[in-house]
Amino acid sequence: MRASLFIACYNDTLFPETGRAVVRLLERLGVTLLFEPAQTCCGQMHANTGFRAEAFSQAKRFIRLYRDTESVVIPSSSCVAMIRDQYPGLIASLGNDALRDEFNTLLPRIYELSEFLIDKLAIDDVGAYFPHRVTYHASCHGLRALHLGDRPFRLLSKVRGLELVPLANLDRCCGFGGTFSIKNAEVSSAMLETKLQDVLATRAEFCTALDNSCLMHLGGALHRQSNPMRTIHLAQILASTESRPAEARL
Amino acid sequence: MTGPSASSSPARTPAPILNPVHALPFPQAALPILRNTQLRANVAHATDVIQAKRARLVQEKSDWQALRTAAAAIRDNVLQNLGDYLEQFETNCTAAGGIVHWAADADEARHIILDILRHENASEVIKIKTMTSAEIQLNPALQAAGIDPIETDLAELILQLGDDEPSHIVVPALHVNRFQVREIFARRMGLTNLADDPQALTAAARAHLRKKFLSVPTAISGANFLIAETGSVAIVESEGNGRMCLTLPRTLIALAGIEKVLPRYRDLEVMLQILARSATGERMNPYTSLWSGVVPNDGPQRFHVVLLDNGRSSILARPVERQTLRCIRCAACQNACPVYRQTGGHAYGSVYGGPIGAILTPQLMHLEHAQSLPFASSLCGACYEVCPVKINIPEVLIELRAQVTDLERRHTSRIFDPMYLGMRIANSLFANASRFRIAQRLGRITLRPFTRKDGWIHSLPSLGSRWTASRDLRGLPNQTFRDWWSARQKEKP
Repeated sequence: MRASLFIACYNDTLFPETGRAVVRLLERLGVTLLFEPAQTCCGQMHANTGFRAEAFSQAKRFIRLYRDTESVVIPSSSCVAMIRDQYPGLIASLGNDALRDEFNTLLPRIYELSEFLIDKLAIDDVGAYFPHRVTYHASCHGLRALHLGDRPFRLLSKVRGLELVPLANLDRCCGFGGTFSIKNAEVSSAMLETKLQDVLATRAEFCTALDNSCLMHLGGALHRQSNPMRTIHLAQILASTESRPAEARL
Repeated sequence: MTGPSASSSPARTPAPILNPVHALPFPQAALPILRNTQLRANVAHATDVIQAKRARLVQEKSDWQALRTAAAAIRDNVLQNLGDYLEQFETNCTAAGGIVHWAADADEARHIILDILRHENASEVIKIKTMTSAEIQLNPALQAAGIDPIETDLAELILQLGDDEPSHIVVPALHVNRFQVREIFARRMGLTNLADDPQALTAAARAHLRKKFLSVPTAISGANFLIAETGSVAIVESEGNGRMCLTLPRTLIALAGIEKVLPRYRDLEVMLQILARSATGERMNPYTSLWSGVVPNDGPQRFHVVLLDNGRSSILARPVERQTLRCIRCAACQNACPVYRQTGGHAYGSVYGGPIGAILTPQLMHLEHAQSLPFASSLCGACYEVCPVKINIPEVLIELRAQVTDLERRHTSRIFDPMYLGMRIANSLFANASRFRIAQRLGRITLRPFTRKDGWIHSLPSLGSRWTASRDLRGLPNQTFRDWWSARQKEKP
């Protein structure tokens, strides 16, 4: 099977280890991965900040880039939510019928990472080994836009050595919200503090998620507070095996 | 009126301004509230309690999603045929002996109500909780005209006696706990030995209000629903004070937004099921009053309905925003909102706080004011999930953000605004991958002086300081993913 990896601009720049883990994981499962070097951003930041025209030009670019691709795998739930929920509106207001048709043909071939594993590859045991105490943060977009449901939990439950600790108030936002964390920095920080209380109460070694943007927020606060708990994208846990543990990077 | 603990020494919060024209932008208005730990504890506790009750009662309805779909369809039908249903309501209400007034804006609504009260020679008026009256700033207008508005809803009474403002659509005094209520009642009613248990407090309120119910001959109510086919008005409440106001006075004025109309009596079957569960986490609210016009020698003998537009009709023509007017003011979105949980309602600068306020207020004020409100959300979607009439609040927020940005970017002062500049630069980088790759390298070089030995950034200048005020940021790694990938491809045979 062939799939094209859309890594997302911020993962590319800030979290390359997540991308490397997706590559290792999917290649181990027999997927031939492609990486379209012209890729940049899905347009989420501009769309959510009110820069509609800019978001549209990035959406158009994304659709043109991937229209002939077999499957697109995206290890970022908020980017997938952007494509599914916001592209139709952007195309309706600024695009044309041809672009809408191209998008509609592409849409069913776009997968968030856990969707690709469970729905496309029909696999929940990826042969991972991660002997740590882990809690899972269900990012809002994964939970309420993509309806990922039990997919991440099915994947985590098959990881050997992993002890999953449930997170209280699983459906509560961490307060990141993209530029919200800058425009409303104080409120965002107060939300983060509330979230962190639940995360810390798990006494887990790692907090994982399917979206590095939430983890950047939580991890930034954990580091500020000199807390030893670390954040790690789920892809890195799933890529980890006994012979090749997850890449260590503080 | 809830609260987990006695107040030690609560931080003082400036008097709330619930007028979008004068209110501070949301981020600034939130600051003093974020320092008020007592208020935040009260809000968090109260919303947790209501949310848990709601969740339990929604769970027991196997047809909850079908009810939501039906409710949204009923409301959409109303909005698509609003003119027809309103005229039908007017005809049937008038035939039943009511008098229907049309108010284009807040000013006209205030004038209509003041004229009626002057005609009645009223010096006092008893009031049921009505958010619409706060929307049109009715109480200050009444006081200026020498008419004393007496709030009879327990929460509204607490706020009126405490010189405070509503912070929640359904539970207006949600930010006040019972120890604070005791203090307000003791001071304003002269009850030095008042206890702080709910029974004692409600008994004090009852004694205070009963005199007014029996003596004041004019009342003002809102309306939860107007029924077009019968010309009826529906009021849904918990305390019974509303029933008093609706039945005892000689003259009753109901103020209602034009979107409150429902086509048929039977539509209440759906709406009452979802409203009580969503609003207070009850299967049925304790008091539901429904009346049509005037019945000789029974209840108010003069009955007025003031239909308020105040910006609503301008929302109708907009395909994305129109869903805002489906709202039945249940406040489930406020209770579910993680932003509201931190700030309460006052930070929104309007009687409509929380997610629904963040989309409704800017639209009612035509975006001239309240431009910060569409940005007062992390777009987490909890509001949409609980909304019983399926208002996609995040979708409307994003639409309004685009409108605000379109308005703002025309101003030359925005050319060098760091946020606008950054967004324009980012867009030109995202348009071209080689440019983006160069920017990634430049970013690494630029951030290197800020990156400490542990690989983390603890402090940034300008907009970045808004991040580093409370969180660290990991320094940029030496190799981007795309560079790793291209190096790997080259190694491959």
